[in-house]
Amino acid sequence: MDVDLAMTDETPTDGPGAGAGSSAAGTAGDRAADGRGGATGLGPAVGTGLGPAVGTAVGTPPALHRALGLTDDELAEIRRVLGREPNRVELALYGVMWSEHCSYKSSRIHLRRLPTDGPGVLVGPGENAGVIDAGDGVAVAVRIESHNHPSAIEPKQGAATGVGGILRDIFTMGARPIAVMDPLFFGGLEDARQRWLVEGVVAGISSYGNSVGVPTVGGELTFDPCYALNPLVNVLCLGVLPVDRLVLGRATGAGNLAVLLGSRTGRDGIGGVSVLASAGFDGEEDGAGAAAKRPNVQVGDPYEEKRLIEACLELLDAGLVVGIQDLGGAGLVCATSETAARGGVGMDVDVTAVPLREEGMTPDEIMTSESQERMLAIVTPEHLARVEAVCARWEVRASVVGRVTEPPPDGPGVLRVLDGFDGAELAAVPAGSLSEDAPLYRRPLLRPQDLDARHADDPGRLPPPADAGADLLSLLTDPSWVYRQYDHQLFSNTVVGPGGDAAVLRLAAPGVRSTDRGLALSTDSNPRWCALDPRSGAAAIVAEAALNVACAGARPSAVVNCLNFGNPEHPEVMWQLSEAIDGMSEACVALGLPVIGGNVSFYNESGGHDIDPTPVVGVVGLIDELRAIPPGIRLTPGSSIVVLGSPAGGGPASLAGSRWAVEVRGHRHGTPPPIDLAAHRALVDLVAGLVGDQVARTERQGAGKTGVGGIHDVSGGGIAVALAEMALGSGIGFEVSGVADHRELFGESPSRVVVATTDPEVLLARAGEAGVPARVIGVARGDRMVVEGLVDVALEDARAVWRHRLPGALDELAASS
Amino acid sequence: MPPRIAVVVYPGTNCEHDVVRAMERLGASADLVWHGTSSLAGYDAAVLPGGFAHGDYLRPGALARFSPVTAAVAELAAAGGPVVGICNGFQVLTEAGLLPGALQKNRGLRFICETVDVEVSSGDSVLTAGIAPGTRLRIPINHFEGNYTCDHETLAGLRAEDRVIARYVDDVNGSTDRIAGICNPGRNVVGLMPHPERASDPLLGSEDGNALLGAFLGAATRVSGGSSPAGGPAR
Repeated sequence: MDVDLAMTDETPTDGPGAGAGSSAAGTAGDRAADGRGGATGLGPAVGTGLGPAVGTAVGTPPALHRALGLTDDELAEIRRVLGREPNRVELALYGVMWSEHCSYKSSRIHLRRLPTDGPGVLVGPGENAGVIDAGDGVAVAVRIESHNHPSAIEPKQGAATGVGGILRDIFTMGARPIAVMDPLFFGGLEDARQRWLVEGVVAGISSYGNSVGVPTVGGELTFDPCYALNPLVNVLCLGVLPVDRLVLGRATGAGNLAVLLGSRTGRDGIGGVSVLASAGFDGEEDGAGAAAKRPNVQVGDPYEEKRLIEACLELLDAGLVVGIQDLGGAGLVCATSETAARGGVGMDVDVTAVPLREEGMTPDEIMTSESQERMLAIVTPEHLARVEAVCARWEVRASVVGRVTEPPPDGPGVLRVLDGFDGAELAAVPAGSLSEDAPLYRRPLLRPQDLDARHADDPGRLPPPADAGADLLSLLTDPSWVYRQYDHQLFSNTVVGPGGDAAVLRLAAPGVRSTDRGLALSTDSNPRWCALDPRSGAAAIVAEAALNVACAGARPSAVVNCLNFGNPEHPEVMWQLSEAIDGMSEACVALGLPVIGGNVSFYNESGGHDIDPTPVVGVVGLIDELRAIPPGIRLTPGSSIVVLGSPAGGGPASLAGSRWAVEVRGHRHGTPPPIDLAAHRALVDLVAGLVGDQVARTERQGAGKTGVGGIHDVSGGGIAVALAEMALGSGIGFEVSGVADHRELFGESPSRVVVATTDPEVLLARAGEAGVPARVIGVARGDRMVVEGLVDVALEDARAVWRHRLPGALDELAASS
Repeated sequence: MPPRIAVVVYPGTNCEHDVVRAMERLGASADLVWHGTSSLAGYDAAVLPGGFAHGDYLRPGALARFSPVTAAVAELAAAGGPVVGICNGFQVLTEAGLLPGALQKNRGLRFICETVDVEVSSGDSVLTAGIAPGTRLRIPINHFEGNYTCDHETLAGLRAEDRVIARYVDDVNGSTDRIAGICNPGRNVVGLMPHPERASDPLLGSEDGNALLGAFLGAATRVSGGSSPAGGPAR
């Protein structure tokens, strides 16, 4: 049965290290804990974590289990599972594995509402990454995660190890990681601490990603005061693989060996899943609290990871491993128990065989350490020598630390922790009980009581701007300060890099057969809308991401999500999550997109304040023939400017939750615009077809004559920002008329695209055939940005403002302070 | 016979596949050669590609200098074989003493990845043979330590001997004399910070790097015509 909880104390998501637990979205085999009494109303979590004390503490078990983040009910459940009192090591294993981070115990019940099936899905949620078939024997693996709390405390290493963790999730599937994207959310740059965070996070992604040799091809950059004390650092990774190299993280075959690859194990990151993110921040993060948590952040070594990638891919190519699993959150206990449980076997782990970085580590520290750059390979005894040889060549350490065991005839496979393979038994628990039997909570939901009042307070009533041109300038930011620091070109696959609606890559990698195929990738979020209506907001971001990849000529094919929310013990937060999942599901079903993986990050709060709900989605689109560079965000001289699509339900575009209302006027209320998903799908199909024909260089029934010279979706900042970005991207101005007022100029109603075309008649005809509204609003020419009656700005002035915003805040302000 | 080209791979090198692919687009082929190899016998030319050899730990190139293959590269260079170090490879060549000067951190102390204008300033090297001085190429740079520096005497020598083979059109990273690439006195060893292999395909936005890679293949072919490898290349 599911457990209804009014209140509980528990551990967090978003622990450091990727790969703790499985991919979240949708679940198979969820099992509710039995024998639970429902709400118990325990006190706040003690949350002191594991630390050296665990192995040596002399305390009564009840005190210990709470220190490990387990509730009294969870302890009772452990007793039921084991049929006896757990010992200290066993409690430590359950403490990390039943944390929110590893078990998704608060979110699983909602995640199962997401659609996860589709014709191209090879691996859905539940493995390290989702995998789709891209055609021609090539598959694409994708995953997205958060590394929020580590980055808040130690931005450079927090962000760096976030990259390292997500890469392991991809190459553990047999895929070569070829692209990383980083959606980032900070407070305002007028605050010196935010500048420190931005500098550090970007430096961490740059130093780790560039060195490990995986290009960072895009992301998002959002500033809002709600992230000031709890920044969000999400990271998506995509890899490609020959379909026949696909490998799953499972152990099979009694007598097979578990070989630990990579770095030695140290005390770094112990309790990452249970201490670091065990609660929100107290609001004084520059103080002693954050400094005290800093040792829970791991330090990354991209050089070790680079060699680990090459060694693992070589092992997989040579067919030398039965299964392989990365070590991330919850370390060795997670990797051994998950591989054993998935394979329906048991495993013996010899903690004395684990190479250590320091002396005196206790068995539970060794089992739960989150030291980076480690993998667990399941190997047959006869292949061990060859595995060791491959690892030696790449200078990667390889140690046999475990053995696969038969499950007992009357029960599930057992994970045993041993002091030497023939030594004392330190722990023995059913392997599946650590992962699949984790508790499942049905937390209370509460629609915020002030929501109706907020919805009624529409920004459409605000007085119009005195100078819409000045408002437009204030909304323009060139993000190249960030991505210039990322290698976004490695592997010579990057056809469209950061700064476009979507990154566009050739579907190719070393070791993967080259084809004409390509893919497009976009990450999107809209916390402004999700704060007002998490359901329509989440639907809209799926829609926007799908439209973004369509603007690159791709067919949207799969979704991954990273659900960043506040404290799940707040019923309003659980309501936000539930609504967002429903909205995301509706959009995915309507657009035919399966969710193939995800991550939930709770406890994004500080000083008692939750962040605005911030679901982030990544959409992968496939391009059958990529022979030309997509037109991109630009205008071409003399072309007509056409808007495809129109606000759902007619009427002007909505300003509720718009960048103009929030950033220019400080007005955060209103009812976000509705989205007509059927109309949106028609637009996505039209755009994907138009641009797809161009990148394939094919002409279909006169399609080539639509002459799309530039294209951009309408999102933050409305048509005004879309047009300005197209002008700035090309150095060509525009003259637009027929925009009624500032609402139509800055309103952000979804399902609209701006196109620059040399043949508007053909484009309008094709839109008409597709049932998509279309109208010509102006022409691209000159060196000014003109919207009749509203905006008249010299392109040169706009360029200066656009270019200067980030360097001005980060380089010059920093230099002068 | 077609030239035998070694693309040297140190642990941490990451541009090796891109270089091989760019060579293949030009109709050539190249072998990846692991850093533990102590002989390049049988090879006519060598490329040291970009990346982070040995993690760039201590200093870019400082550890790669001690890999066995680096001595083999020096032998090949001493015998007149064409050698080009791209980006991290340039850093390795300076650390190994095959080229003068050093690459220090960019002015502004940030990593820079962007496509820039590079002007060929000497057509007399294995990488620029046949390219008219003044030719401008659009080629990506991708480095943290790309700011070329050397003492006045060295700079005077490089200029006097026409050994600055390419300059940035704009001052992108603080390099002395906007130097993007130089060669040795024998003109067969070249270091270049920009990545020609990243400008080798219209889909990547520029094919300008092919002029450089083509010149290098030409030099390798001339060498291969003059020296007949006794056996197959050592792996």
